[in-house]
Amino acid sequence: MSTTLVLIAGCAVVTAAIKGSGPLALGGRDLPVAFRSVIALLPAALFAALVVTQALAGGHDLTVGAETAGVAVGGVVFWRTGSVLGCVVAAAALTALLRAL
Amino acid sequence: MLDEQLLPPPAPPDEEITRERLLAGVRAGLPFAVAGGLLAVSFGVVAKDAGLSQVAAIVMSAVVFAGSAQFAAIAILSQGGAVGAAIVAAALMNSRFLAMSIALAPSTRGRPLWRAVQGQPIVDASWALAARPDGTFDRAMLFGATAPQYLAWVAGTVVGALGGGVLAHPERYGLDAIYPAFFLALLLAELRNGRARGVAAAGAVIALALVPFAPAGVPILAASAAALVGLTRAARAETAAALERTR
Repeated sequence: MSTTLVLIAGCAVVTAAIKGSGPLALGGRDLPVAFRSVIALLPAALFAALVVTQALAGGHDLTVGAETAGVAVGGVVFWRTGSVLGCVVAAAALTALLRAL
Repeated sequence: MLDEQLLPPPAPPDEEITRERLLAGVRAGLPFAVAGGLLAVSFGVVAKDAGLSQVAAIVMSAVVFAGSAQFAAIAILSQGGAVGAAIVAAALMNSRFLAMSIALAPSTRGRPLWRAVQGQPIVDASWALAARPDGTFDRAMLFGATAPQYLAWVAGTVVGALGGGVLAHPERYGLDAIYPAFFLALLLAELRNGRARGVAAAGAVIALALVPFAPAGVPILAASAAALVGLTRAARAETAAALERTR
């Protein structure tokens, strides 16, 4: 039980510290246009990295599996419909279907 | 540094957080909440398989509220890893929130500790929804969009932790495809122009190049270097123009 407690408390503290550190350290300063310009492009860089690491990487290996195809089709659904739910449902459904075959 | 575009613009007026704008955030966050809730169901199942009690799994979701970090920590634990290693894995997985919280910083208000509190609702979808083209953030959107995602994350974990053998194999239902699909939707919404598409491609290449060597989470933080394209003269001019439009 104490192991679990340490795990939960530790994860909670590091997460809160990471999310709070930016505003704590930099808050109140009005940052220059160059900074804002980098920030405006940050989502594209971070989400692209998240997509490829989650869809293609298993541990330290790069793999293509049923979920890769599922995610690709989910992307097409979002692109055509703009629906986040349609995207994730299509991705999960196709992945499940491919695995059931 | 004498370049006039590098000079800080005047501080924007302190925006009010109204009920209407919070509700608009809640509505925008709803689809992400449903998707996150499905993921949380599989987290509840996985956590139980890793030896956490039902209550522990639910408490973890309620106090940590960081999906990918929770999955990473549980994966280490179920492989027989030490608790310290699990916490480090969670921290690395969350390292992208460091970049996001630095981005949010100038848009927070009040005393330093209160500003740190305003960073807590940062989750991927809300942060992306709240981001404006001029590099500032809509706090009402951030707070509003996170509220339903938090509730769904905890509720989904309850279902997964209490649910029986029906949900024993989340991958059979393709639930592991939800995360990358979720991020792909967020990404596609960001690809407004050629520059953003180039940054996304560069970010993906950086991350994939690091996957074989770096601990999970680090490739994602490293990919944020691709956003330094924003330092080019053309990108700064565009941001300055976006700033002009919003004031």
